[in-house]
Amino acid sequence: MSRIFGFILALILALPAAAAVQVEEVTSPSGIDFWLVEDHSIPFVAMDLRFRGGTSLDAPGKRGSVYLMTALLEEGAGDLDARAHARALESLAASFSYDASDDAVSISARFLTENKDAALALLRDTIHAPRFDQDAIERVRAQILSSLRSDAKDPDSIARTTFSRLAFGDHPYGSDGEGTVDTVSALTREDIVQAHADVFAKDRLYVSLVGDITPEDAGILVDRLLEGLPAEGRALPGPAEVTLTGGTTVVDFDTPQSVAIFGQTGIDRDDPDFFAAYVLNQVLGGGSFESRLMDEVREKRGLTYGIYSYLASRDLAAVYLGSVASANDRIAQAIEVIRTEWARAASEGVTAEEVEAAKTYLTGAYPLRFDGNGPIARILTDMQMEGLPRDYIATRNDKMRAVTVEDVNRVAAELLDPEGLRFVVVGAPEGLGDSTN
Amino acid sequence: MNRLLSCIAGLVLAASTLSAEGINDAVTSFELDNGMQVVVVEDHRAPVLQHMVWYKAGSADEPKGSSGVAHFLEHLLFKATDKMEAGEFSATVAANGGQDNAFTSYDYTAYFQRVAADRLELMMQMESDRMVNIRLTEDNIATERDVILEERNMRVENNPRSLFSEQMGAVQYFNHRYGVPIIGWKHEMEELGLEDALAFYRTYYAPNNAILIVSGDVDPAEVRRLAEQYYGVIPANPDLPERIRTQEPPQTAARRITFKDTRVAQPYVSRSYLAPERDSGAQEKAAALVLLAEILGGGTTSYLTERLQFDSDIAVYSAAFYSGTSLDDTTFDLIVVPKDGVTLEDAEQAMDQALADFIRDGVDPEQLDRIKMQMRAAQIYARDNVDSIANRYGRALTTGLTVEDEQAWPDVLQAVTGDEIVAVAREVLRPEASVTGWLMRDERVTQ
Repeated sequence: MSRIFGFILALILALPAAAAVQVEEVTSPSGIDFWLVEDHSIPFVAMDLRFRGGTSLDAPGKRGSVYLMTALLEEGAGDLDARAHARALESLAASFSYDASDDAVSISARFLTENKDAALALLRDTIHAPRFDQDAIERVRAQILSSLRSDAKDPDSIARTTFSRLAFGDHPYGSDGEGTVDTVSALTREDIVQAHADVFAKDRLYVSLVGDITPEDAGILVDRLLEGLPAEGRALPGPAEVTLTGGTTVVDFDTPQSVAIFGQTGIDRDDPDFFAAYVLNQVLGGGSFESRLMDEVREKRGLTYGIYSYLASRDLAAVYLGSVASANDRIAQAIEVIRTEWARAASEGVTAEEVEAAKTYLTGAYPLRFDGNGPIARILTDMQMEGLPRDYIATRNDKMRAVTVEDVNRVAAELLDPEGLRFVVVGAPEGLGDSTN
Repeated sequence: MNRLLSCIAGLVLAASTLSAEGINDAVTSFELDNGMQVVVVEDHRAPVLQHMVWYKAGSADEPKGSSGVAHFLEHLLFKATDKMEAGEFSATVAANGGQDNAFTSYDYTAYFQRVAADRLELMMQMESDRMVNIRLTEDNIATERDVILEERNMRVENNPRSLFSEQMGAVQYFNHRYGVPIIGWKHEMEELGLEDALAFYRTYYAPNNAILIVSGDVDPAEVRRLAEQYYGVIPANPDLPERIRTQEPPQTAARRITFKDTRVAQPYVSRSYLAPERDSGAQEKAAALVLLAEILGGGTTSYLTERLQFDSDIAVYSAAFYSGTSLDDTTFDLIVVPKDGVTLEDAEQAMDQALADFIRDGVDPEQLDRIKMQMRAAQIYARDNVDSIANRYGRALTTGLTVEDEQAWPDVLQAVTGDEIVAVAREVLRPEASVTGWLMRDERVTQ
């Protein structure tokens, strides 16, 4: 009853100036689609698994259940308790890392060719048969509670949490996926078992493998790993409404340097103007030494060590975010400069030279991301989750080059909203108070 | 017997044949006539390279009273030279689709660019230019000093754990510059001036004090040709001082500190011991310390984790750290984060009891085998990221080691025995050479 392998024949040659990343789309014998880059130069495989939904799948009142469940996957599975599992993994020199974000539960695995079957058997158990032993639950719960208590006194965490609440309200995006001290303390083993059933299903699964494995072997491996997963998991929540308004929110905290997060409504990843917006952000605050914000706030005035902005376009909402930190007596000036630059870019746009420089940088930096089996596996899974075709790697830079200064300035006028820009400042800032535009 | 376990046991035997072949083969090294050392690490999978220059000059080489000047100078190297405007270096790298940055540590300062493989010459042209031609203004100094003070705010002043660790370091070293933070003491950073930066620059930035490391899709012969053209023409600094720092006297008094801060949510115990570093041709003791750190606090199966998190309910986290790549005596560090309701005193006592029991019981041979297996596998995984191999050579060659030492290091690690690990634990985990620190909540209500 084995089916014939559904090899996709078209091999895509990537980047003219970059690695010949040949991505194959393979269907396993049992029918699971996955992406593969076959490269036998080093005897190991990197694998990236993603289950869409992540901590946004928490049931009502159970905030933190997906996060705690994910943290428990490596704390015992099948016949092995936490310690026996860890010893077995060490013996194989494999590594599995588990993470739960707003949009996905991800598993990144790395294992040697010579013992891949044994490594996969261990990994399979952590996905299909985690034990969720009560002593492991209590041990990991205590670690998460410790981390939550630390977050409550960390200015960066306070800023993030406050900003998320303002931006997304009651939507899961509006609160910390790790949960709160109260919700995590109240989680039961049943809640964790339920979270496991909610997350792990085939209808939200994305798989990429890169390294020393053939398509045939990869298909068998993927089936061994994932066969038996239920067809469907918990329904994803709907989109989040972005509820940001312009102004400044100050959270008093006794610390020498104020930390600020700022942001406004963003742009969806599949919006036709996304590339223009991406170039715009590179010019305005894209993190390089050349951005306007870096130049005005750091290079000219020495007001901060680092300032950057980025398009946070997630599955269920898009915001445009930035961050900066300055001494309490200088943060007001930093914010004034940022507001001025935001308004100037909206009203006057950017120059053709800036657009060209940004495009050169972005197109040149793209191939630098493909620097190893692990990073490539993650990129392939990102692409699958975003619904991008395999040939995107080869066409992405052309799309970037096609952006014109006119596109960027039209998008700047439409997207940038100086009146709607909200700052959340944590610290003891001088000359700043709560305000609404 | 459990089927899975027996199957794994079989594989371990098979896996023990893993060897490091292929890694050392990718490394080429040579020296230019002016004394500049060059290391090339080849990886031809993608047409990308990393170009780095490492200077044997870090914060521990700074003159007394000018702490932070090595890092300050690192920032200032992105300003103007005779040939380039301020900011032009990074802008040119970006305009060529590359990324650049730099970092400073106790023993070294390093500058790097990641670019397409056909841009090596441009990188060398610019990097060799700023080795000797920077042109700074008072305006640069004033603005960039504000930037590094904000960097200190971000990394240290805003973070009680960093402030605590700075105090631990200062107490650990009586007489060596490792007791002074890399970024500098704030009051000294505020006074750094143009002459401080230039004096450090003129003394240490010279080809005979630098190492060029190129990794990625490059041909060693081509690297040599370009290196001779751009770096080879810069004269050596004949006045380069010998790298001699004030050394520690015998440490004969256990020290304790208590650090309180209202921003602390999670108290913990930290312990550091003065420990020997890797020495050229004599890396065995450091190798034993690396394994000791792994055995005591390297993860879920480590001795401290077993004792404090599984067999008893003392800690939410425990770990041991040791990095032997250091020019002078370094530290071996332990941390225990107690569970809610467990006092720091009890946590410290449980940690000390565990250390004493470990020294009495010795090393579990199976645990040692697992760790060595992982270290062998790490060499395979390392080939996936040759930039990390390049970084390893940079750290080794700026801390008194040679290419041969670095190449021998994996075998030195594999040769360590359980008895040697216990012996080094007895020698190094000595209260008289230790600092014990308690990071505590300050319960005072501030106005």
